[in-house]
Amino acid sequence: MLEIRALTKRYSIGRGTRRKYVEALTEVDLSVERGEVLALVGESGSGKTTLARTITALEQRTSGEIVVDGELLPVRARGRRLRHHRHSVQMIFQDPYASLDPLHSIGSTVGRPLRSFDIVPGDQVQAAVEALLDEVGLGPASEFLKRYPHELSGGQRQRVGIARALAARPKLIIADEPTSMLDVSIRLTILNLLLDLQRAQGLSMIFITHDLASAHYMSDRIAIMYAGRIQEIGPTTDVMGNPRHPYTQLLREAAPDPSREIDEIDHFEDRGDPPDLAALPNGCAFADRCTFVKDECRQALPDLVEVASNHHVRCILYV
Amino acid sequence: MTPVLEISDLSIGYGWDESSALIAVRDVSLVVEAGEVLGIAGESGCGKSTLAMAATGLLEPPGRVLGGRIDYEGVDITSLSAEALREMRLKDISIVFQASMNALNPVMRIRAQFDDALRAHGVRSESERGRMAEEAFELVRVPPRFLEAYPHQLSGGMRQRALIALAIVMRPNLLVLDEPTTALDVVVQRSIIQSLSQLRRELGFAIVFITHDLSLLMEMADRVAIMYAGGIVEQGPARELYRSAGHPYTRALLTAFPPIEGERRRQDGLPGRPPDMRELPPGCPFAPRCPEVMDQCRTVTPPSVWRTEAHRVVCHLETNATHAEEEVAP
Repeated sequence: MLEIRALTKRYSIGRGTRRKYVEALTEVDLSVERGEVLALVGESGSGKTTLARTITALEQRTSGEIVVDGELLPVRARGRRLRHHRHSVQMIFQDPYASLDPLHSIGSTVGRPLRSFDIVPGDQVQAAVEALLDEVGLGPASEFLKRYPHELSGGQRQRVGIARALAARPKLIIADEPTSMLDVSIRLTILNLLLDLQRAQGLSMIFITHDLASAHYMSDRIAIMYAGRIQEIGPTTDVMGNPRHPYTQLLREAAPDPSREIDEIDHFEDRGDPPDLAALPNGCAFADRCTFVKDECRQALPDLVEVASNHHVRCILYV
Repeated sequence: MTPVLEISDLSIGYGWDESSALIAVRDVSLVVEAGEVLGIAGESGCGKSTLAMAATGLLEPPGRVLGGRIDYEGVDITSLSAEALREMRLKDISIVFQASMNALNPVMRIRAQFDDALRAHGVRSESERGRMAEEAFELVRVPPRFLEAYPHQLSGGMRQRALIALAIVMRPNLLVLDEPTTALDVVVQRSIIQSLSQLRRELGFAIVFITHDLSLLMEMADRVAIMYAGGIVEQGPARELYRSAGHPYTRALLTAFPPIEGERRRQDGLPGRPPDMRELPPGCPFAPRCPEVMDQCRTVTPPSVWRTEAHRVVCHLETNATHAEEEVAP
């Protein structure tokens, strides 16, 4: 459904002689099958949101290819071609408070993609909106149609965001941390809603998160990103049950686990912060925080190598 | 031994007169012993931050204490003057806020901010102030040369460490942390949590740790209190709550974070959402969302039942069932 080849995104910062380049994504290869959920996991600055924004053409890529359902997205997609792309790929945003227009009613927000992509005839838009609202658990729909975002709770707003994304009848949905701003007790209901819809409609989905537990809950495959590159990718149960890359292992160990007491992992050294993307070191960007670091790590970056079936890792330990 | 902090029957409202006040915290009783970590978990709007503000004497109108006491080492701080409270803060009780990444003054070097705080607390000698600041930085494992930096020159994790350093610079007996790591990446969060845990063992201060992340709290805290709609619905030793949570809300929070490995299995979420504090239902405020709700829950306020000496549950289920049947592993 989605095929990404050597995708690179470079930003420039500063002017004149102080101009610097920041590579947010470096030669990312990635594919998502029909009906598959791929989780994209990483810390802030790892490039996961930039990846989402280039795939949805909210940002132009610097180089590489993005192919959706066999069709190559032009680097400068405009007009009809861009609309066609947005018809296929929809995004669910992190912040349900900022991603809905406060001046538009829920009915108008969810109805817009239906009209704009000519999905149903004009006189059937309202019925289609009601069906969508029912589907995302905002019932009775007639009650929500005329409401405005400020009248809804965070969870309800996120359901509107999901209905809006579904309205375009996309082939691929990109959900960027869709529950991180919601109350803890309602996160699971939103994740379950996404899974139910994805399964019922056979959608492909990229689920972006920094939380390994929800990545594990949602996905068939997991890709771990660090400093703009994929460091490990493979089937979810395999990557989580037997993480190979030292960074994945670090993330795994750092994740909260209520079954243990803090003393059991007391020697978690201070592993520092993620690297500055404007001044990435040679070789592996994780080298400075890695306990297995060797001299070679700072010289050249290894390619992804297959360590188990469909499970690839970019680390010198496995070369 | 007197506890460091003892909160008894505390109620706090927001509003200019008592009759129309929105009750944000109701009848809360808590004890924090010297050197222990008490965790308070709850969702947004449950009153946990209001409780933290009151416990550090930072509650400002229209927020007001409607009843009860907050005793710090035997002294009721709700009756203290603003001047006396100012003196206590930093010296006896310190707080690190949720949005504290932005709590440092952006146009002052960090050393100057330490200097101001210490001078206000009567540390006269400049070299002594410098020594205290450097020592605090070493304790939180930030190289003291960063005292010369401006806040924007530090990473998010380092800024948070600098704030913890400021909070402990006068060696208070109680440190209140309100979502101290929420905005940070998991790895940075982990190393800060580890540092805090080590520091309290070395320096012996007590911690009140407030968060919505119950899985983190279970690791960090000796005892845990769960808040819902302004009240404490369950409290007890962290291990005991993890193994045999009594309140259905605690159980829901424990399963709200799916497991990180193993077979992928569907878990049911908790329906509904936290109640509107302006119109709480009669009976138990959790009743509308409770998977085990009974008739009486909707009309009768649930009793507070002590399961063991340290484990208290506010739920009708406790009076109806024996505990042996109640043991449900999360």
